[in-house]
Amino acid sequence: MLPEVEQYFRIEKLPHMWCPGCGNGIVLHSLINAISGLGLDQDKTTIVSGIGCASRAAGYLDFDTLHTTHGRALAFATGIKFSKPELNTFVLMGDGDCTAIGGNHLIHAARRNINLTALVFNNNIYGMTGGQYSPMTPNAKRATTAFYGNIDRSFDLMELAKGAGATYVARATTYHTELLTKLIMEAHKNKGFSLVEVVTACPTAYGRYNKLGKPADMLKAQKENAVNIKSLKDGIVPEGKFLIGELYRAEAPEYIDQYLQAATKLREKGGK
Amino acid sequence: MTTPRLMQGNEACAEGALAAGLNFYAGYPITPSTEVTEILSRKLFENGGRFIQMEDEIASMAAVIGASLTGAKAMTATSGPGFSLKQENIGYAAMAEVPCVIVNVQRVGPSTGLATAPAQGDVMQARWGTHGDHPIIVLTPSSVSECYQLTIRAFNLAEKYRVPVIMLLDEVVGHMRERVELPSANQVEIINRKQPDAAPHQYVPFRSGYDKVPSMASFGEGYRYHVTGLVHDDDGFATTNPEIVQSHLNRLQDKILLHTPEIVDSEQVDTEDAEVVLIAYGGTARSVTRAMRMAREEGLKVGMFRPISIWPFPEEQLKLLSQRNVKFITVEMNFGQLALEVERVVGGKNAVYRANQVNGELIKPDTILDRIREVY
Repeated sequence: MLPEVEQYFRIEKLPHMWCPGCGNGIVLHSLINAISGLGLDQDKTTIVSGIGCASRAAGYLDFDTLHTTHGRALAFATGIKFSKPELNTFVLMGDGDCTAIGGNHLIHAARRNINLTALVFNNNIYGMTGGQYSPMTPNAKRATTAFYGNIDRSFDLMELAKGAGATYVARATTYHTELLTKLIMEAHKNKGFSLVEVVTACPTAYGRYNKLGKPADMLKAQKENAVNIKSLKDGIVPEGKFLIGELYRAEAPEYIDQYLQAATKLREKGGK
Repeated sequence: MTTPRLMQGNEACAEGALAAGLNFYAGYPITPSTEVTEILSRKLFENGGRFIQMEDEIASMAAVIGASLTGAKAMTATSGPGFSLKQENIGYAAMAEVPCVIVNVQRVGPSTGLATAPAQGDVMQARWGTHGDHPIIVLTPSSVSECYQLTIRAFNLAEKYRVPVIMLLDEVVGHMRERVELPSANQVEIINRKQPDAAPHQYVPFRSGYDKVPSMASFGEGYRYHVTGLVHDDDGFATTNPEIVQSHLNRLQDKILLHTPEIVDSEQVDTEDAEVVLIAYGGTARSVTRAMRMAREEGLKVGMFRPISIWPFPEEQLKLLSQRNVKFITVEMNFGQLALEVERVVGGKNAVYRANQVNGELIKPDTILDRIREVY
């Protein structure tokens, strides 16, 4: 392992439990590069995760780490951040974890614009339980619970986060690792609720049921189907492609700031 | 003591929590517990604490646990359906040994039931509501001043044993108003969680000594440890090793079993010469007290045994009582939940009767008196 990232890992917990070809390790590398690049204090940084393949990442990282219940990572993280705002708080979730069972917590964390940096590992499937469709599984794709093809419509997570009030919304893939690192850094610098979606391959479940080829083919597909927003012409995303890059940024009051300022003002006024 | 005040049970819970050092509250509105949330939303805002109204009951329980991990004294309050929703993360708090207090002001169930009416149907849910065997402490106040005192105790027990502690009120106790004299701040005993005495690199977060309770570092202090709801080893990391799993789960049970004598609490009234002993807790104990006096006026020798901690149950105290020739009547606003525990403890040595009512009203002294006459 590269010495500059080694200090952030619990080396004795490796090798990780993910399947060969899984993209989760690539996401972790970018996360660590971002944390290292931002120069964050390791003792003042906490990683909160939910349940699922992606959420196992917390255990490999050498910070205060909290592996919570399914879908609830943002709610636990809200308690941590609100209680101790000086902690840099990253929240790692899978697509099912964040957008299905955790959907309510997602929209309300975004609405509050609480200063959390959320990473959604989007592999379009529930991997740990063996490949059931999630709210991020595209229509007509197959899963163990959609043998004849998924009839659900999928979320556009970027639009969802933006609509709910997130002030930084971005997407990258595990092919575009430098972009991913940069986006995580920018997301963390944003004082408010930031969400970065990472398109990552699950060759074992999603790839296999949908005949998407080998892990390398799935990576190649990420390269071919991702369109950087900066190179987008006429604002139209070509059929079958998706946008990557910084997709939305806004200014809005941050939740904890608002609370603390209002409470301080009350005390200064000599209110109780 | 401070000046006497007229206070509501829910308000006394809020005041007790503040006296115990509460500095984080996450909640969601639900009848009949909402006053706890309303009062603390204001008081914590005023005193530099943190209050947040979360999107649901699940999230408020999660936020409480997150805050507690940073060193905060954290609480939530709920009722009926909300208590059901909190069960998932109450289990997490039990497994990860995160101190926290949950106030549940019982209303009639199942489901939405009767939102504004008292019941005691959550006795078993308070004990077994979350999946899997787990340790828990449940306290049941029956007066406003006891709401205050027991909430302080709830925090102290949560901190001392690293367990979720449930304050089990019912709508009568939560909403009634009584004159209370609160102890002044310096009269309140405060217990804080044991801090690690090892340096961060030597800290083993879930290793415990003779008392079975591990020390607890706060997030952000350099200990950099892992917390999970999976069964874990002393280092805090998930394991499926059967020996470690068994020993971990044993320890969670044992840490409460070992300290049961100091956790349990009960009260006896006029039991010395009693031939019939009424067993009651919470709001029901108020009616029982009156019924007992009425029975005494008729010359019937009646006493009351009132469990104050219902989980763990004051088993030894009741066993002692059952060695005498007395009959028991367990009076509850449910179909007989704590009665099962009473019957287990008494073990057939004495006659055990029940008096139950679930109609949305506090069981009346007259109803209890009729039952006393029947079994006397």
